[in-house]
Amino acid sequence: MDVLSGLALGFGNALTPINLGWALLGCFLGTAIGVLPGIGPALTIALLLPVTFKVEATGAFILFCGVFYGAMYGGSTTSILLNTPGESGSIITALEGAKMAKNGRAGPALVTAAVGSFVAGTVGTLGISFVGPLVVDVALRLGPAEYFSLMMLCFVTVSAVLGGSALRGLASLGFGLMLGLVGVDLQTGQARLTFGIPELLDGVNVVLVAVALFAVGETMYLAWRHVQGVQEVRPVGRLWMSGQEWRRSIGPWLRGSFLGFPFGVLPAGGTEMPTMLSYYAERKLVKPEHRHEFGTTGAIEGVAGPEAANNAAAAGILVPMLTLGLPTSATAAIMLSAFQSYGIQPGPLLFTQQAALVWTLIASLYIANVMLVVLNLPLVGLWARILKIPTPQLYAGILVFATIGTYGISNSVTDLVLLYGIGIVAMFMRRFDFPTAPVVIGMILGPMAEQALRQALTISQGDWTTFLTRPISLCILLVAVLALVGPRLWGVFRARA
Amino acid sequence: MQHPSPPRAGTPGADLGVGLFVVLLGLLTLYSAWAIADSPLYAQVGAKAVPYLVGGILVALGIALSAVALRGGWSGDLEEAMEAPPTNWRALALLGAGLLVQLALIDWLGFVIAATIQYVLVCAAFGSRRPLRDLLIGIVVTLGAYLGFSRLLGVNIGAGVLEGIL
Repeated sequence: MDVLSGLALGFGNALTPINLGWALLGCFLGTAIGVLPGIGPALTIALLLPVTFKVEATGAFILFCGVFYGAMYGGSTTSILLNTPGESGSIITALEGAKMAKNGRAGPALVTAAVGSFVAGTVGTLGISFVGPLVVDVALRLGPAEYFSLMMLCFVTVSAVLGGSALRGLASLGFGLMLGLVGVDLQTGQARLTFGIPELLDGVNVVLVAVALFAVGETMYLAWRHVQGVQEVRPVGRLWMSGQEWRRSIGPWLRGSFLGFPFGVLPAGGTEMPTMLSYYAERKLVKPEHRHEFGTTGAIEGVAGPEAANNAAAAGILVPMLTLGLPTSATAAIMLSAFQSYGIQPGPLLFTQQAALVWTLIASLYIANVMLVVLNLPLVGLWARILKIPTPQLYAGILVFATIGTYGISNSVTDLVLLYGIGIVAMFMRRFDFPTAPVVIGMILGPMAEQALRQALTISQGDWTTFLTRPISLCILLVAVLALVGPRLWGVFRARA
Repeated sequence: MQHPSPPRAGTPGADLGVGLFVVLLGLLTLYSAWAIADSPLYAQVGAKAVPYLVGGILVALGIALSAVALRGGWSGDLEEAMEAPPTNWRALALLGAGLLVQLALIDWLGFVIAATIQYVLVCAAFGSRRPLRDLLIGIVVTLGAYLGFSRLLGVNIGAGVLEGIL
């Protein structure tokens, strides 16, 4: 199926009233959650996973896509009005956006972030529609050995390349791999890492782990360092951009979008790197008469560019998820487990076997994108009011939802003990600067990597060199090794010079 | 008076604890890999191989982290840790109490009552001084969550005192 007929099919499915309703609900919910500081799309989709038992796949994924895009919009509102970025990708937006808000220019900052997100969402979704099928063509030629190597590359890039330290990132990944091992081994039927606890035979539920990491751990950490006080929410002011501000924003929007998307598509999958690069690029490219605004009164370019890069990268993350079945962010990993609960395995065959679902999903991304830009600017007053929920009630509420989402899995107190236990681990991870996304990715991708390993070794009749003798596999592994040791070697060389 | 060096927020001792915890996780994985019974089924890669691998990697990473800790650690240099206010024991204790109440009561009194008590305790942990108001908000929030999950999402949240009436 070619791209255009695929899109026609997709829009035909997505534009039914009920599916538009799912998209609207997702956008609304996603933005509200994105606005709340400290919680993001991964947690929301995890808590909404029970939807998959009741709703058919198309509706559920339209809902999830709305949440996914909506949360990104909401995140920028928080970083501008509150100066506390909710997600790692909005840290850079907070730099200039909060300064603009402080100087009474919250309105233009919010507009440029919203329109920039729309531009980036459009570029990103076009990218998914046209790049996705190309990746599928390549991916169909990959065997289990290549897949295994690709997963190793994925592991290295999500844990060791981004973030503060490779050692801590890999330790997080290892924790996730360990959690992924718990339960009955699918191939031999043996119980692994269950320590004699019957509840663990089914494995550790990914919803439980996501909720523990993103809700319980975060709440505990905030309690640990709690200081009495009320955070100031800056007034929104007039939602309007002058002609000059439009002209200053267009370049950064486009540059940010085209910079961000490829970063999302690569198995590196982070949003920090492209947002940072976009910020530095805009600071270099800004007209001399506006240069002094960077870091002082807040430059609109520094909001427009990184925000677009953030959204385009997040859209790009859907490419490896849909075409290769490789999740490179925590949100993508949760979405992958939603596919699995429908018995669908994302991967190259998805585009042929589930063509209607995939193209409806892509069409709903376009729809969500339009809905968000139409909805969000008029509703920004409502979102700002969400920010005024006092901290005690907000976090008490988050824990209520964390508990019910976990208890609902199997009505077992063992699950709650695990939830709070992993929450304590997550609190210390936050304190000692261990990234949490690799835990979720390792947990989802680990069992898939083990399966690929076993298939590859069955095909090669137990010959482990198969990963090195197949040229594509070898290339991928070399890139992985380079990504792991390259930055450190570079540091050693620089130190000597 | 000038301090010769600014006091460090983190202590290498705490970092060493983190490293040793990772070693412990690795050893736990290795032990349970060893405890997996040999399968009568033939498999090119059995059930034990990957657990051994993951356990070994965790032990190696834990040793490396401990080595970094012994050379001064990393957490003292984190910007967030340096700016962090001191530990709020009161908040942690109240939060912990809220979680324990939930564990103790949920099977006995049901989700709504257990979660409402948890709500009040967590609000208190974050400095709320109006427990009665929190109780009322808590009932609304937990009932809303319960009805949303059980009626809209169709999730079974178990039996309980209030759940039986509804």
